Amino acid sequence: MSQQEKVDKARRNLVVATSVAGGLASVGAAVPFAASWMPSERAKAAGAPVEADISRLAPGEMQVVEWRGKPVWILRRTKEMLEGIKKSDPMVSDPKSDVPQQPEYAKNEFRSIKEEYVVLEGVCTHLGCSPQIKTVEARAEMGESWEGGFYCPCHGSKFDLAGRVYKGSPAPINLPVPPYTFVSDGTILIGDDKKGA
Amino acid sequence: MKKLLIALVFAPFAALVAAPAALGSEAGYRLDHAPIDSKDVVSLQAGARTFANYCMNCHGAQFVRYNRLGDIGLTEAQIKDNLLFAGEKVGDTMKSALSVKDGKAWFGVAPPDLSVIARSRGGDWLYTYLRTFYRDPNTASGWNNAVFPNVGMPHALWTLQGERALEVVSEKEGGHETHEYKWSQISEGRQSATQYDATVRDLVNYLVWMGEPSANARRKIGVVVLYFLGVLFVLAYAMKREFWKDVH
Amino acid sequence: MATPIAAVWNWIDERMPTLGEEYRKHMSEYYAPKNFNFWYYFGAMSMLVLVIQIASGIFLTMNYKPDAALAFGSVEYIMRDVPGGWIIRYIHSTGASMFFIVVYLHMFRALLYGSYKKPRELVWIFGVIIYLCLMAEAFFGYLLPWGQMSYWGAQVIVNLFSSVPFIGPDLSVLIRGDYVVSDATLNRFFALHVIAVPLVLIGLVAAHILALHDVGSNNPDGIEIKKNKDANGRPLDGIPFHPYYTVKDAAGAVIFLAVFSAILFFVPEMGGYFLEYNNFIPADPLKTPPHIAPVWYFTPYYSILRAVPPLFNSQFPGVMAMGLATMILFLLPWLDRDPVKSIRYRGGYFKTALAIFVVTFLILGYLGTEPTNVWGQFGAWMGNADRATVAARVFTVLYFAFFILMPWYTALDKSKPVPDRVTM
Repeated sequence: MSQQEKVDKARRNLVVATSVAGGLASVGAAVPFAASWMPSERAKAAGAPVEADISRLAPGEMQVVEWRGKPVWILRRTKEMLEGIKKSDPMVSDPKSDVPQQPEYAKNEFRSIKEEYVVLEGVCTHLGCSPQIKTVEARAEMGESWEGGFYCPCHGSKFDLAGRVYKGSPAPINLPVPPYTFVSDGTILIGDDKKGA
Repeated sequence: MKKLLIALVFAPFAALVAAPAALGSEAGYRLDHAPIDSKDVVSLQAGARTFANYCMNCHGAQFVRYNRLGDIGLTEAQIKDNLLFAGEKVGDTMKSALSVKDGKAWFGVAPPDLSVIARSRGGDWLYTYLRTFYRDPNTASGWNNAVFPNVGMPHALWTLQGERALEVVSEKEGGHETHEYKWSQISEGRQSATQYDATVRDLVNYLVWMGEPSANARRKIGVVVLYFLGVLFVLAYAMKREFWKDVH
Repeated sequence: MATPIAAVWNWIDERMPTLGEEYRKHMSEYYAPKNFNFWYYFGAMSMLVLVIQIASGIFLTMNYKPDAALAFGSVEYIMRDVPGGWIIRYIHSTGASMFFIVVYLHMFRALLYGSYKKPRELVWIFGVIIYLCLMAEAFFGYLLPWGQMSYWGAQVIVNLFSSVPFIGPDLSVLIRGDYVVSDATLNRFFALHVIAVPLVLIGLVAAHILALHDVGSNNPDGIEIKKNKDANGRPLDGIPFHPYYTVKDAAGAVIFLAVFSAILFFVPEMGGYFLEYNNFIPADPLKTPPHIAPVWYFTPYYSILRAVPPLFNSQFPGVMAMGLATMILFLLPWLDRDPVKSIRYRGGYFKTALAIFVVTFLILGYLGTEPTNVWGQFGAWMGNADRATVAARVFTVLYFAFFILMPWYTALDKSKPVPDRVTM
């Protein structure tokens, strides 16, 4: 074996060098094939930022906008709702939103740029169902301590009105806040937080 | 004998490259060479503007997205301000302002989509075609074309080129018929002949680019690929020689 | 101490010895003649193109829409909107033509060195079936871009079937599933192109190779290397396929891929022969392009079709001639009566016949790409016939003469003595 190895040393080096170069060539050839699975220009155009007109949204009302095929909620919260969120602090598992489920500018008590308006991706972080809004009026079914929030019909996950998940829910983390920005007072651009783009 | 056979077998491949399949004008009008350059961004942008202002009233480019014009150096803001119709987004495709139905009613045939027109016609044909419209009272539109006789399309750029007339003088010489084309200007356009040729050059440059927006990237990648295969061949050939030392 | 790789190999070998046996039988202990020359690359290259076509084809189906309203647009979608899509599409379109180039060269090799002769008749027959399947595969695939040439090419070829006596008209309706080429045709051609024919092709390629490995490879000297074996029963003029021919084919494959890439990246349309200009116009059932020609790899047969004059107002004789022109290939092993295989030791008759055949095939191929008036007309003394048509008739006769006269000229040929051992 050892003698043959000596004889074959040059041969082995060439096999290794050619295999490495051939391997690189294969990887290069695989690039367009792998890339073709990325979103196409059409998908990107369809997933482009969406503008939502919120000028006629009354306090306590919620508007649903479709962005990248997902429901995005824009909820205009009342004073009472914001109070309720504060009261929920001890009941939610991540009250300070430490898990990065939101852009930096929404990492605050109410998880929003303006306290009044919360923008959330309406997709449960458990298995992807879309939760429903349950206000304080739903205390009869949600329990006495319910301060208003979202309830997922699939497996019973609960979130408060800032999208923070209740302790003991199957969902592990808070609802995500998509990137967004106020183009004007009455218009929100969802999907892009760089103004003017 | 052997060499001859090998040469014979490979001759057609050389011929394929040397003599492209017919891509000429049916009318027999000699095509001018289109002096286009796919890397001339200024020309491409000018062509895009002409396309949006003059062509897109009737023709669309339904496979081309506006934001692809980023490839020829336009920013999204420039595209929005200069090219988009009201309510369109930069990710939209270049749809015509004219519906297919109206097009059929007005011109007899729906104006074709121009996304890949340069790939079926070729740049030279388009360059010549757009410069050889002439007044003809016998057609429905009042226009005719030397390259595309009885074309349904009126001269969309006539305000630039002005109106021209064409007289064809045919001569028979020993069985061969030769045509002489005599052009004359009826009314002046906004551009001189040289300026108009440049405008059409830019437009055709753009049409060719739009026919295959990946063409520049294609050639660039191709160079890298061929260099890499060259290196790979050196290694593979050295490996083959090393192994074949055994074979006597 | 066994290395980890050897350990894994042993583990597998204990449980599935077949794998190792087959590897030895077809690779490390398959003894191929050591004197393979240039012409012997094209078998391996055909395999390579088959793999390339299957891989790129699978990825194209991910975005292609087999729907008459969407097909053309979906190809442009692949060319523009899908990341890397244009490379995949050009790989597939270039690969289609390259497939025929390597297969034609591979078949020419068989003619040169008599590889179709006893005991390799079955290898040849499998090969001819592969070639026919490949033509079917290319024909079905060519409809899919749904351009003008796709559409009218399919229309013309399917209409050929309607010239078959009695059942013809019904047959062509059956093939189309409609009275013209339509969405139904596109959809079934798609199914045949992406599933049915490829499955058959892969099976046939396996049969072709298994049949070859049972009898062993021919070589440029046309000598049976199994006649001269050493004490261990190994052919004296044979070398293990792996590693010797794997490394040789690898080097050849790099050159082949360089040619492939040069076309793909610099001239993907190949002057209108690989991608026809008219195929960038969406299919229009109401408007035939002024000049329809099939893709270059079909043109020799298309020429034969056009060359045969209609009989009793029927195109059927032409269709028959075209069919026979391919079917006659099956008979080749029995038409050739010369015991000598390789052209190196054959006499002048065969060499001349083969040279004429190659020229014939190329000219028929060229004429098939052009309209019949390409060379103008003869004068009144020939009834003003198109020169190209008359030429195509002459060459059609020569094409068939190569085969039909073969039993005579090969039997009469004065061949040279064949050496016992191969020459390098």
